[in-house]
Amino acid sequence: MAFASIYVPNFILQAILCTEPALRGQAVALLDGTPPLSTVVAINDFARQAGIEIGMTESQANQFFSAGKRCRSRACEESLHMALLQMCWSISPRVEDAAADTLILDLAGLHRVFGSHKNIARELMRSVSELGLTVNVAIAANIDVTLYAARGFTGITLIPAGEEAKRLAGLPVSILSPSVEILETLERWGVRTCAELAALPVLQLSERLGQEGVRLHELARGARVRSLVLAESQLRFEEEIDLEDAVEELEPLAFLLGRLLNELCARLQGYALAASAIHLRFTLGDAFEKEPVMVESTSTAKSAPALYERTLRLPVPMRDPKLLLNLLRLRLQTDPPQASIRKIALAAEPARLRTAQNGLFHRSFIDPEKLELTIARLANLVGSSNVGSPEVLDTHRPGALRMNRFASAPVEMKVRRKICRASASSNAEPESKPQKTVFALRNFRPEWLAKIEVRENRPVHIHFRGMRGKIVAASGPWRTSGDWWQEEAWRHDEWDVDVRFDSTAMLKGHNLHWEMQDGLFRIYYDGLRRDWFVCGRYD
Amino acid sequence: MPRNFAQLRSQVERALAGRVAAPFEYRDRSATESVSTGVDEIDLLTGGFPRGALTEIFGPPCSGRTSLLVSSLGLRTAHAESCALIDACDAFDPCRAEAAGVELKQLLWIRCRNFNHALRATDLLLQGGGFGFVCLDLSDVPREMVRKLPLDAWFRFRRAVENTQTILLIIEQESNAKTCASLVLKLEAGLVHWSTTKPKEVLAAYSGEALCRPPFAQLLDGLDVHASVLRSHVNPISRMEFREGRISTIIGGSSGSPETIFRANAMSGCHAGASIESTSRIA
Repeated sequence: MAFASIYVPNFILQAILCTEPALRGQAVALLDGTPPLSTVVAINDFARQAGIEIGMTESQANQFFSAGKRCRSRACEESLHMALLQMCWSISPRVEDAAADTLILDLAGLHRVFGSHKNIARELMRSVSELGLTVNVAIAANIDVTLYAARGFTGITLIPAGEEAKRLAGLPVSILSPSVEILETLERWGVRTCAELAALPVLQLSERLGQEGVRLHELARGARVRSLVLAESQLRFEEEIDLEDAVEELEPLAFLLGRLLNELCARLQGYALAASAIHLRFTLGDAFEKEPVMVESTSTAKSAPALYERTLRLPVPMRDPKLLLNLLRLRLQTDPPQASIRKIALAAEPARLRTAQNGLFHRSFIDPEKLELTIARLANLVGSSNVGSPEVLDTHRPGALRMNRFASAPVEMKVRRKICRASASSNAEPESKPQKTVFALRNFRPEWLAKIEVRENRPVHIHFRGMRGKIVAASGPWRTSGDWWQEEAWRHDEWDVDVRFDSTAMLKGHNLHWEMQDGLFRIYYDGLRRDWFVCGRYD
Repeated sequence: MPRNFAQLRSQVERALAGRVAAPFEYRDRSATESVSTGVDEIDLLTGGFPRGALTEIFGPPCSGRTSLLVSSLGLRTAHAESCALIDACDAFDPCRAEAAGVELKQLLWIRCRNFNHALRATDLLLQGGGFGFVCLDLSDVPREMVRKLPLDAWFRFRRAVENTQTILLIIEQESNAKTCASLVLKLEAGLVHWSTTKPKEVLAAYSGEALCRPPFAQLLDGLDVHASVLRSHVNPISRMEFREGRISTIIGGSSGSPETIFRANAMSGCHAGASIESTSRIA
């Protein structure tokens, strides 16, 4: 039995460096606390060389350098910790979440996949480096030994069974995390390393320090045995980022969204999952002011909403960060937030990845990812309500329809077989005629107001859009009504009319247009509005 | 300076080496697949709509262009093909299309409010690819506006569908795509047919004039449509035989409100003629 431990030194600083890789080559100091009382809580080597020390106040740190100061971000730390956990779960299903910066893996059975312990350690280092982290990895037969070895030694440490006490001997006692009182006592005794603690007699140690002393003694010898406390996988795919400076434009926002989506998709990939929906949440700052307005009283607060929440529903689960970014960009272009953005949060609804089985003898269908992007672009161009598949509603109201999301439906198996058989039997395409050829009507949206001259209960002349025509044949009225119990009631008397326009009678002020040509029109008399309308033309 | 043709040919081939594989070899166009338009008479005339090519249908309003489109959509969607309709003037009627057999779930309808949006939407759809049938409906766009569309736009459309399985159909009032269109079909309106619903004895009480006939006594039955092929790069046989010829077809009509459409469909018929002179009822 063997265990591996991963320790991220200077975790809170590395969490910031992961989100801002440009800071890696320069001195960085991390501040925590409420300004102006914030103090330096973490520094990198460059900052240490520059003279910065942990515990300095912000003003003291400013004396050494002005660039590279960042505030501690617990959101980034949580995000990084989750990414580490996901990575560990992708290697071993048994993982202990020992601390924010330390994770322990059970390596039982992994030698069949990765080989020796050294190979496993290298694989762990490689996987962690993809997250942009520098870590220590230790492998030993004892859980606590791996933990302290990873915290005490840099790089990869392999401890063979039986050598635990020997390898831990040189480490300071403080690494065992004793209480402050016990640590002071041990210091007074002159016990500073694990070897010195392990050399003490257990019985006397127990008399003076109690059970805590015995526990520390076992830890120092590498003899304490315990079970792994397994971390439970919470399939929450969320990423968020706090912004020091509010973002107002789409380009920098897209850059940040792209980074978050990369991390989100990497985590989804670790579980062989994809996103079926992306929830976008912005915490908004100051509202935009398009025009300078003289405000007399300061009490007129800006009415910008505090949150901007949108959901991007996807027709099929997707995991391509570039595609998702494009969809989000198009969505934000059509519906931008009305204020600057101070915090970005992205959450993905996980779903199984789409699998499709194509046939040899039928045409390939539209790639759903590409189709979604095309539809998003079209929606950006003409409006989302104007793109989709029409659905005729179950009502007699004329023109009642709804636009649904268009999805290239997979072919039913029966249809596939039919097409395949027909294709195999002949080169010609199997044709099946629709029911009949219907005389199509082209709608005018909105309908045109018309004046109709009625004689003997039938229309004989029509005036609309500056034109006057003679109705040479008419069929009607076809009376419909409905929804009389609602406000949006209708009552139509519809007519099909054959109109011959009189070009000389065209009213002044209207251009000669295509509708000037003779043809068959559909007109109706609205019994509620008491007006005539031209609703379409047969074509 | 090359002395003979062989030298000239080898010099040209050397100059084009790496760019053109065989500059002097005739490359025959691959056989274009054509599919039915949904109307037998139009199929006889044109050989069907070619895939991977631009087809142009033009004619004045009320000449059966939209009816032909709806028939084609019905057939394409029946074959589970994804279809797209770019409606430049938002004039499409889904109720009648559904009654004509169009599977609306297979249809992407883009309702544009101006000409430029329609063109950009067409570009986006063709670049996205994957659709079996794309129709740009410019029927109600003023012809002056369509005329101003530069020729390179038509070339772009043609190039976008080349070597694909997409049928690109343009419907307008006059032909504008010129040589970019592989098939140009002209439609013209003919006689309007009205049928009576009352017995002749009842009608006899009224005078013989159509204007005096009671309106409830007649139904819009159909329309004569004359079709002629102006250009066909796809089906040379039909080009030879029907260049000067025309066919007539009567597209079935219906009357009344949407709920009566379904009843009227049973009454409406499709008259067809295989030649100019003869017409016969097929439905």
